[in-house]
Amino acid sequence: MADSKAEILRRIRTALADKPATPVVERSYQRTRSFPSVIDLFAERVADYRAVVHRVTSVPAFIEETLSGKRIVVPADVPEEWLVSPVTWLHEPLSVTDLDQSDGVLTGSAVGIAETGTIVLDAGVAQGRRALSLLPDYHLCVVRAEQIVGTVPEALERLDPHRPLTFISGPSATSDIELDRVEGVHGPRTLEVLITG
Amino acid sequence: MDRNPVTWLGSPAFPTAAKSALADDQLRRNLRHATGLIRTKRAHAVAELPDWEELRLAGEAIKDSVLANLDTYLEQLEESVTARGGIVHWAVDAAEANAIVLRLAKEAGADEVVKVKSMTTAEIGLNEALAAGGVEAIETDLAELIVQLGDDRPSHILVPAIHKNRTEIRDIFKARMPNTAELTDSPPELAEAARKYLRQKFLSAKVAVSGANFAVASTGSVVVVESEGNGRMCLTLPDTLITVMGIEKIVPAWQDLEVFLQLLPRSSTAERMNPYTSVWSGVTPGDGPRNFHLILLDNGRTSTLADRVGRQALRCIRCSACLNVCPVYERTGGQAYGSVYPGPIGAILTPQLGGDMHDKHAASLPYASSLCGACFEVCPVRIDIPSVLVHLRADAVAAKSRFSPEAISMAAMSWVMAGPKRFHIAQRLATAGRLLSRDGKIRKLPYPGSQWTQSRDLPAPAKESFSAWWKRTRG
Repeated sequence: MADSKAEILRRIRTALADKPATPVVERSYQRTRSFPSVIDLFAERVADYRAVVHRVTSVPAFIEETLSGKRIVVPADVPEEWLVSPVTWLHEPLSVTDLDQSDGVLTGSAVGIAETGTIVLDAGVAQGRRALSLLPDYHLCVVRAEQIVGTVPEALERLDPHRPLTFISGPSATSDIELDRVEGVHGPRTLEVLITG
Repeated sequence: MDRNPVTWLGSPAFPTAAKSALADDQLRRNLRHATGLIRTKRAHAVAELPDWEELRLAGEAIKDSVLANLDTYLEQLEESVTARGGIVHWAVDAAEANAIVLRLAKEAGADEVVKVKSMTTAEIGLNEALAAGGVEAIETDLAELIVQLGDDRPSHILVPAIHKNRTEIRDIFKARMPNTAELTDSPPELAEAARKYLRQKFLSAKVAVSGANFAVASTGSVVVVESEGNGRMCLTLPDTLITVMGIEKIVPAWQDLEVFLQLLPRSSTAERMNPYTSVWSGVTPGDGPRNFHLILLDNGRTSTLADRVGRQALRCIRCSACLNVCPVYERTGGQAYGSVYPGPIGAILTPQLGGDMHDKHAASLPYASSLCGACFEVCPVRIDIPSVLVHLRADAVAAKSRFSPEAISMAAMSWVMAGPKRFHIAQRLATAGRLLSRDGKIRKLPYPGSQWTQSRDLPAPAKESFSAWWKRTRG
């Protein structure tokens, strides 16, 4: 109802008749912090969520060793060298059932946040649409060293808010039973992260 | 006007509800265990950030600047969401919001919708309204599912099934889910059962309903934080997404999220970051829903905004840290508050959203506190809950007539205390009042004093007043 918009705005203006001051937002918190090594910290914090972390020199070699014989979903634009032959690669277009019945998904990423052990996907190069990294039960995610920043503010600065973003911190989890954390509910139950370069 | 469903119909006043909750040993054990666990974890997660206090101050200032200019930011948000292909609706109350969701679900040809855990849709009683209109709402968050399958009510903002332990949850699942005969009470197995039960629902749902943790006015980005991935399923798989958001959930700019994405997870689940955070701006072709509707809900928020002291409750980001540290909450549990918003924040938010201090249940909530101040200390947006509680108690007393027993006794008290002679006589009379006590407490005074002891035990007066003792020993 168009009237409801007018009514809500009218109520707000009436409620603010005392003209409360608009405070100045002091950003005196630390937008960056110096860490001995953001890459070490990232690896350690991702692993804290019980994700599996590897530092590799060759992504294709790792893929071949780990995924041989599996049916793995890949976004359209992953580097050609990742597509090693002993793996059955599933390319788009894929239905939700295809995704659900695959053995896993391989993607790149947009940003890594060391302090919180978070990977951000922005549907950009080598990442595909959001459902790809959601329905398969296993997610192998490649993060390049230069994509890793120290803090949350540094990460948001690198991201485009108009893209669909997914922040991933470990495998899916729940604290709903007695507030005790259990890994693995609806999202991928295994998250494996490759740090490269 | 329709009744605001923020309070549950027929809820007794807090003291009555608390009494039966206190008698439930199992409930108290479950709560003590869970709140104790999360308190320790939160303290650890917060201590890790050297600039926590600065983040809290920034969070408070950002939210206050939004509230001071709420009309401007709402119009800006509408413009940004519309520019990205979303459709914005405005709802003055629960009934209007529910009607919009029902209409949109039916237009999308859905007779069931999958839901992301959302306080706002629980506040407006959406599930019941949809059911009345022939649409089934399926809760997909594990705790909400436990509550829904158990025909129960939520008792915590973050973990609505906190009052249930693993064995009780297993029993609910066994009773309501197919193929669960062998189910044990191990939490990973229970999570697995929920995964299997909901998988097909996610893959076939046409419509999803969510709330929003934040919405960025300048970019039109909506944010949902979650843990299980049920949120991502709902936000990306169905063709139509309907998001119901309280009008206070806005932040002005993208950069502001850098504050809240640090404050919220550490305060809430006590993690450095929650497993999944989704951000979307309108519609993205080829990725996620093709139709996005954003419903901006008032439902008592503008009247809360009108109260100079009480409006700070609108800064709340629903982390639930205040519940976990509250000595009253830990003993009574959430259901005693008779609202989807329990605990210290509920005690100030529920009566304000409901907007009727003549309602005995609402008027009892600001008294559900010992004013110890622990809630203010942990609040990530620095809501001074104790001050608002005291302010609302004054409202509650004022809402009764000035001839109410409480108002009369307050007036009588000031007359008695104004003259030393009168005061001494009163004290001697009070000492005689010990006859009414047992174990040092008076549980029931005769009228009009019964109005006082209805909600509190009265310590028995001392055998001797201080002044009498002074006179006897030193006089």
